[in-house]
Amino acid sequence: MLWVDKYRPKSLDKVIVHEDIAQNLKKLVTEQDCPHLLFYGPSGSGKKTLIIALLKQIFGASAEKVKVENRSWKVDAGSRTLDLELTTLSSTNHVELTPSDAGFQDRYIVQEIIKEMAKNRPIDTKGKKGYKVLVLNEVDKLSREAQHSLRRTMEKYSSSCRLILCCNSSSKVTEAIKSRCLNVRINAPSQEEIVKVLEFIAKKESLQLPQGFAARIAEKSNRSLRRAILSLETCRVQNYPFTGNQVISPMDWEEYVVEIATDMMKEQSPKGLFQVRGKVYELLVNCIPPEVILKRLLHELLKRLDPDLKLEVCHWAAYYEHRMRLGQKAIFHIEAFVAKFMSIYKNFLISTFG
Amino acid sequence: MAEAGNPENIIRGYKEVSVTEKRGEKRKWRQFFRAHSHGRPKQVKDVAHQEEVVRVLTNTLETANCPHMLFYGPPGTGKTTTALAIAHQLFGPELYKSRVLELNASDDRGINVVRTKIKDFAAVAVGTNYRQGGYPCPSFKIIILDEADSMTEDAQNALRRTMETYSKVTRFFFICNYISRIIEPLASRCAKFRFKPLSEEVMTNRILHICNEEGLTLGGEALSTLSSISQGDLRRAITYLQSGARLFGSTITSKDLLDVSGVVPLEVVERLFIACKSGNFDIANKEVDNIVAEGYPASQIINQLFDIVVKAGDDTTDMQKANICKCLAETDKRLVDGADEYLQLLDVASNIIRTLSEMAQDF
Repeated sequence: MLWVDKYRPKSLDKVIVHEDIAQNLKKLVTEQDCPHLLFYGPSGSGKKTLIIALLKQIFGASAEKVKVENRSWKVDAGSRTLDLELTTLSSTNHVELTPSDAGFQDRYIVQEIIKEMAKNRPIDTKGKKGYKVLVLNEVDKLSREAQHSLRRTMEKYSSSCRLILCCNSSSKVTEAIKSRCLNVRINAPSQEEIVKVLEFIAKKESLQLPQGFAARIAEKSNRSLRRAILSLETCRVQNYPFTGNQVISPMDWEEYVVEIATDMMKEQSPKGLFQVRGKVYELLVNCIPPEVILKRLLHELLKRLDPDLKLEVCHWAAYYEHRMRLGQKAIFHIEAFVAKFMSIYKNFLISTFG
Repeated sequence: MAEAGNPENIIRGYKEVSVTEKRGEKRKWRQFFRAHSHGRPKQVKDVAHQEEVVRVLTNTLETANCPHMLFYGPPGTGKTTTALAIAHQLFGPELYKSRVLELNASDDRGINVVRTKIKDFAAVAVGTNYRQGGYPCPSFKIIILDEADSMTEDAQNALRRTMETYSKVTRFFFICNYISRIIEPLASRCAKFRFKPLSEEVMTNRILHICNEEGLTLGGEALSTLSSISQGDLRRAITYLQSGARLFGSTITSKDLLDVSGVVPLEVVERLFIACKSGNFDIANKEVDNIVAEGYPASQIINQLFDIVVKAGDDTTDMQKANICKCLAETDKRLVDGADEYLQLLDVASNIIRTLSEMAQDF
């Protein structure tokens, strides 16, 4: 089992990083009146961990027995019937799914499953009707229509079903949904907090951490806890006992982006562009999301550039990333950015060195 | 095929739909009232801060006659409250159910609903004018269409004829935020009322009233924070107050309110602006990194940055302000399109740096 899963806090009391939020959530559900919740924050900050711990707090141990199902629905949409399929994670009391996987038909999924949940409500020992919880991931990627239909469904079935929404950026969630939920912002853990967690894990695994080693991992992790734990485990596999100056290897795709950036600085010509294209394609084929590539590329370029050029380059990065979102094929826009950069850089070189 | 054509199935399906819908509607109302019952006035004359509207509507109550109406204005200013209050005051609890149809979500009002549900309801004839239990009970029904600006244009067009044909027995109340999204033919058939944003004083009074009823303690600082973050929207203020009370107990500080509202603390945005002023890209980049890691929504940052820019001191010329605002507008649009928050914020930062240090604007 990966350490990331092994040391995931199982209950709200054991949460280390967002202790205050966990305590507040506990207070919230013990008062028996759980509102809809919207968790937002960058990836690797602990949203999912908190949600799982919260479910356990509400439903007890039964929330841990989850099964993965590939379910299909037949939806009657006006004149035609749609066949939809989606993978869900469910226990007796909750269902978790990522509706955006269904593409533009996401709204049907959301409505169907909420209706279904409302139909068979759990009844507790006192004969009181309880509620189920629906966990929706990546709500920021839901289509506008789905978000609109969600707002009505939320109100209509609120006595039998609570929604827990989870997303990276709350900018993309409509105001109507935000105002119906209790918003919980989960910030990325600070480096000190990451160090604390790493030391905790090292103690549990009875590892010897050299001075400053945890701090170095934390610094490389970009404030993502998951990443920090993963790289600690990688280091453990690579070389144990740790040495003080052990190399913390970055991910291989990141190294690849560094290579691309170096190429771009070295040669600005159609031939160079052609080579870069091949490399970018390789990254895309390996399922690295295009915006992540672009962001990383910008990050690497900014490290090497003259301050005057930084402003201009980051403007174009933002410009092409936006176009990429609107367009169909990511490679065009990444390549456009690369070409733009080359032309800017070449001009700069000519004007300074002649 | 055979199954679909079976009349029994159709009837069963129909029944099921109508029952669940009714139940859902009722439940929603109960909930709504639970959440807002302390603040929602039951009578038209108690509606705060909207004198003209109240004057006209009181007149309506006396004469028991009214035109079609269109209420518009920013959210949380009492439009729905007023519409519900007048419906209740006209018909009383007995007749309310049969005389008032309220449709409020955006998804169940396509053209089909207009053609069937609304038309059927509008066509029903009602008894003549007789006073019952002290209520005027005029001889018409009311259809309240909440959030009417989210109706499709087709649906609005389909309403035109219905409105005229049944105007003897039915009055329409449209409620919307943006009057420009209501098609002209509909707007011209209605008496229009604009609802003003609530003044700070009115808000404070209402909030203190609710705090009293609920036994909450709210300091002076927290109170002013609440009215500034809710920007004249009373409903939002109440929602924040409620979430705050649920999460933090009966004593609410201004920090708690900021936490639940999703507003970014002022220092954070100010730090970003100061970093941009310094003209050093790396410092600004660090601030942006920090903001993204803290999970603050970029759209909110843009909003608050806009306020700071507009209010910025004399060292910033009007020209510079205008340039920055143009960039903010562009960024806002891009964020709506789903662009990456980090890159967009970085672009804003770089634009501000360029503008403030008088560098070339265009590339």
